[in-house]
Amino acid sequence: MVLALAATAIVAIALLSEELLPRVEEAWCRHRARRRRAELTPDDPGRERRAEQRARVLLRSCVNEEEWAMYRDLGFLRVWGSQRDGPAQNEGTEGAPYGYLIYPHRAIVAYLAQTHRLLGEYCVQFPDGTRPYGSARLPDSDDVLAKWMALTGDERRLISTANMHLPGRQLDPGRVKRDLWRLAQWERARMRAAVRDAQSSLKLDPAG
Amino acid sequence: MKPGHGEVLIAEGDVEIAEDEQRLIEEFRRQLDAGRWAAVPYADPEGRRQAQMVRSFEDIPRAADRVIFFPRAAGGS
Repeated sequence: MVLALAATAIVAIALLSEELLPRVEEAWCRHRARRRRAELTPDDPGRERRAEQRARVLLRSCVNEEEWAMYRDLGFLRVWGSQRDGPAQNEGTEGAPYGYLIYPHRAIVAYLAQTHRLLGEYCVQFPDGTRPYGSARLPDSDDVLAKWMALTGDERRLISTANMHLPGRQLDPGRVKRDLWRLAQWERARMRAAVRDAQSSLKLDPAG
Repeated sequence: MKPGHGEVLIAEGDVEIAEDEQRLIEEFRRQLDAGRWAAVPYADPEGRRQAQMVRSFEDIPRAADRVIFFPRAAGGS
């Protein structure tokens, strides 16, 4: 009787093990992967925020006051293009002024300054292969600063490195047009404030 | 610039002191060999801010107060 029960138990265990072993193995792998991930990114939820704070300070120290205010208020930067024929050879702008909108971790958008016609999206990244803090991604403001430095320092090189796409691939053209409208409004408001300040300082200093 | 950290001071020194300059040159080369780009932010005579990309230590203006290294650009999706 005992022998029969033992034999039955052995058979049952053998049958169950076929079903259970892969699950146990999978759970073990998941557990190890979780531990590996935890080792790479120590539990410090404030780290990314501190990194972004440092990046904002660095960005502010590099760009001018207007650009900093633009980024702070609108969430993007505008840089004027300097190539005579536009950003890309096949995008002949015939000398018309054009600019770029720089968004954090988004494509750079080229547009015509006068008409706001979108010329193209330039997708570029600055991946750090060493992943020093478990991530290859720069803080938002560092990504903006890297694009700003590369565009103002060597526009042609950055544009030739980027993958060019038609407008609308990554950023909604409607949203970009709205941003251009917001930028125009923002610039008008700043100009009005500057005029007001100038007038009030004239009133304060009538002799000057 | 470093992912997950932001700005990190790599080296500092006075280029007028030979020992410091040598150390800065070595660090500069090490960063470029690691595949990073280097830029010097500056203000032009009209007050516009921009950056100068530098590929060798000699390209850095003597008056520059800092060089910023950042990961090399790559085409994104």
